[in-house]
Amino acid sequence: MIPAAFEYKRAGSAEEAINLIGQFGDEAKFLAGGHSLIPLMKLRLAQPTMLVDIGRVKDLSYIKDAGDHIAIGALTRHMDVEKSPVLSQHVPLLAHAAGYVGDAQVRHRGTIGGSIAHADPAGDIPATTLALGATYVVQGPKGRREIAAKDFYKGFLESALAADEMLVEIKVPKMNGAGWSFQKFNRRAVDWAIVGVAAWRNNGDSGVALVNMGSTPVLASAVSSALAKGASVADAAAHAADDAEPQADLNASVEYRTHLAKVLVRRALEQASK
Amino acid sequence: MKVSITINGSAQSHDVEPRTLLVHYIRDQAKLTGTNIGCDTSSCGACTVHLDGEAAKSCTILAAQADGGAVTTIEGLATNGEMHPMQKAFMENHGLQCGYCTPGMVMAAIGLLNENPKPTDEEVRLGLEGNLCRCTGYHNIVKSVLAAANK
Repeated sequence: MIPAAFEYKRAGSAEEAINLIGQFGDEAKFLAGGHSLIPLMKLRLAQPTMLVDIGRVKDLSYIKDAGDHIAIGALTRHMDVEKSPVLSQHVPLLAHAAGYVGDAQVRHRGTIGGSIAHADPAGDIPATTLALGATYVVQGPKGRREIAAKDFYKGFLESALAADEMLVEIKVPKMNGAGWSFQKFNRRAVDWAIVGVAAWRNNGDSGVALVNMGSTPVLASAVSSALAKGASVADAAAHAADDAEPQADLNASVEYRTHLAKVLVRRALEQASK
Repeated sequence: MKVSITINGSAQSHDVEPRTLLVHYIRDQAKLTGTNIGCDTSSCGACTVHLDGEAAKSCTILAAQADGGAVTTIEGLATNGEMHPMQKAFMENHGLQCGYCTPGMVMAAIGLLNENPKPTDEEVRLGLEGNLCRCTGYHNIVKSVLAAANK
C-alpha cells in the first residue's frame, strides 16, 4: 500500500514548520516519526495533501530536569523516553509505559509528541501523561501556550491543537517517590491495549487514567476521589469505569471493557500501594 | 524529489515521489530485493532494515525521511563472502522455515544485540515482538539469537 500523493516539505525549526503549515491550512499535517500517520495514510483514513516533516527539528529532542517537573521535547523518541535515567528516577511510570509502545522498531522512530498530538485513545502515552497531570506546551504563529492534559483531548483523534499549532514540549510533574503501575491488557504482543491503566498513588493523592475506554483517554476521577475519601483499593476500583464511555469493537464488548477496567484498576492500585 | 541514501555503504541518489516508501526505494530503485514486504502495516517486521544503525520498519518510513541517512539491508551483512555471525547462527540452528520473515528477523536480531549484547531467552522474545513468523518457528529463532549472542 502506498499513500495517496502529497507534497513534502522539510522544516529545520519549529518556527519554519508552523510557518509552512500556516500556508497550507487544514490539508497539511506535521510528520514526526510517522508511525501513526503513515499507516493511516496508506489506508486512506488520512489524506493530507501536504506533509511538513519535523523529524529533523533536533532541538525538540531532549529530556531535562526542570525542578518540580521534567521537560520532554516533543520529538523525543519512545526509545529515549524508555531508557532515560532522568525519567527512570523522577517519572518511572512514563519511562515504563514508553517501553510498551509498539515494538523496538516502532520505538526507534515514534515520538512522544507525535503520540500525544495523534490523540488516539488506544495509545499508551496519552493516558499515561494524563494520569501524571502533564502539561503540553504548544507553539503557534503567535507564540506558545500551555494546555493541561485533561483539557487537551477533545474526541477520537481530536485535540485542542489548532491547525497551525505544533506540540513542542511535555511537562511532567516529578512523582516524588509515589507508587505506580502500568497495566496493558492485550491478546497478542504489539497490539494496542484492549484496556490499559496508568496509575500512581502517594498518600491521599492519586492519578488514574484509562487507555481505550472511550473516544479519548479517560481520567478516572471517581477512583481518585474515592481513594481521597479513604476507600479501600477494591472499593475505589469499583468506580473505574464511572468516567468512561467505552465502545465495542472486534476485541471487546462494552460490558467486557467495563469489567476489565475495574479489574485492571484494582491490580494497578494494589501495585501502586505497595 | 531527489533522495540520497547510502545503502550498504554505496551512495545512491534517485528521483522519487514524496510518497515513496523506504522499502520500495530499497527494492525498486536500489534493486535490493532481500528486504521483504509482509503485512505493509508495520506489524510483521519482514521489512526491517537498519536506518542510521537502528532497526526500523521500512514500510512505515518515507524514502524522503531517510534522505541523507545510511541504510543496511540483509545484503549488506556479509563481508568478503562470509556470512554475518547472526546469519550463520540462523543457518546452524534452523532459525528459518519458509524464510520469508528471515531478512527482517535477522536485522531485528542484530539490532537487539547491539542494544543488549547478552539477552536472556525472555529478552530475546520481547525484543523480537515486532517480527512475526507465520511458520511459527519462534523457538529456533530464539535459539539462533542466543547462539549468536554467545559467540
